[in-house]
Amino acid sequence: MSKFKKQKSGDLPAISTASLPDIVFMLLFFFMVATVMREDELMIENRLPTANQVEKLESKNKLIYIYIGKPSPQYQKTFGTTDVIQLGDKISSVSEVQTYVNTKRNAMPEDIQDEMMVSLKVDSSSKVGQLTDVKQELRDAMALKINYTAKKGDPMRNVKQ
Amino acid sequence: MAKRSAPEVNAGSMADIAFLLLIFFLVTTTIEVDSGIQSKLPPPVPDEVEPPPIKQKNIFQVLVNQNNQLLVEDELMEIKDLTEAAVAFLDNGGGEGPAACAYCRGDRDPASSDNPDKAVISLVNDRQATYNMYVTVYNELVRAYTILRNREAELRYNETFEKMYMRYKEWPETEKETPEYEKLGKQVDEIRDLYPLKLSEAEPQEG
Repeated sequence: MSKFKKQKSGDLPAISTASLPDIVFMLLFFFMVATVMREDELMIENRLPTANQVEKLESKNKLIYIYIGKPSPQYQKTFGTTDVIQLGDKISSVSEVQTYVNTKRNAMPEDIQDEMMVSLKVDSSSKVGQLTDVKQELRDAMALKINYTAKKGDPMRNVKQ
Repeated sequence: MAKRSAPEVNAGSMADIAFLLLIFFLVTTTIEVDSGIQSKLPPPVPDEVEPPPIKQKNIFQVLVNQNNQLLVEDELMEIKDLTEAAVAFLDNGGGEGPAACAYCRGDRDPASSDNPDKAVISLVNDRQATYNMYVTVYNELVRAYTILRNREAELRYNETFEKMYMRYKEWPETEKETPEYEKLGKQVDEIRDLYPLKLSEAEPQEG
């Protein structure tokens, strides 16, 4: 009996963690490939609706993003709780939309300026009012190609309560 | 010389470094949504220009009120029935003479639209309606056009319009000079012209 006891009393052999970095690196590469750097720091809530008649967006350099939604909790003191418009990385008013679009358009290479498209990222619970004002501004700025950015999926999920 | 096994390298901290990198990427990147419903805004019109007259029967009136209720041609409707109603309206083909529609397969109701080219869907939404509802309604209306285009493309070219359009869009850049590409482009345009997307958004009403 004592013979066996002696063998068991030794220290547990260290578990090899050599494969752990491999696993983590795999995760890392997955994230590096599947994601993109954050363009603008979102200051508003932005959950996109789902739709099934979606088309792929143009390549990124032809896109201008406009976000609409409620300010996130930490900004609600400054900007209230009604829907606001975010251009670039700051919250702006409707009247600034035209200037913003024109500045962005002029920054593009000349040959793709006509193909510019505005991607409207509107929070699914926000009201249409702000969006309509923005669209009116876009019309005046002659930015007529727009896109209601939406996730691919069953649109009936939007209306179900 | 006696064989010595190479000493084991301690790789314990490698995992920590990898984790740090991983967390950095998790925080600074987002998974981009790269799809959306395409739409075109009408160019700004000068005030003095009168809009062209459209016959009342060629307009399909869709209203969304502030309670997200759907009013289609003055009748309350569930959103799931909207596509069907829009298809029936667009495909009605009630016109006679030059306005007749040879490829329509609707009821030919003289009180509904003449042909898909004349038919206009008018979407008016209250400012207080939610964006959710708006996108869903818009999506359903676009779907009505897609259904009709698919049907027509299937009849003519044995392929749905969606597939044709996808093929057209993803044609390799180096082979765009070939006659096949031009032929496909013509076919896509033809189907699109048979059922042109005429979706007008009037100024929304104050709620």
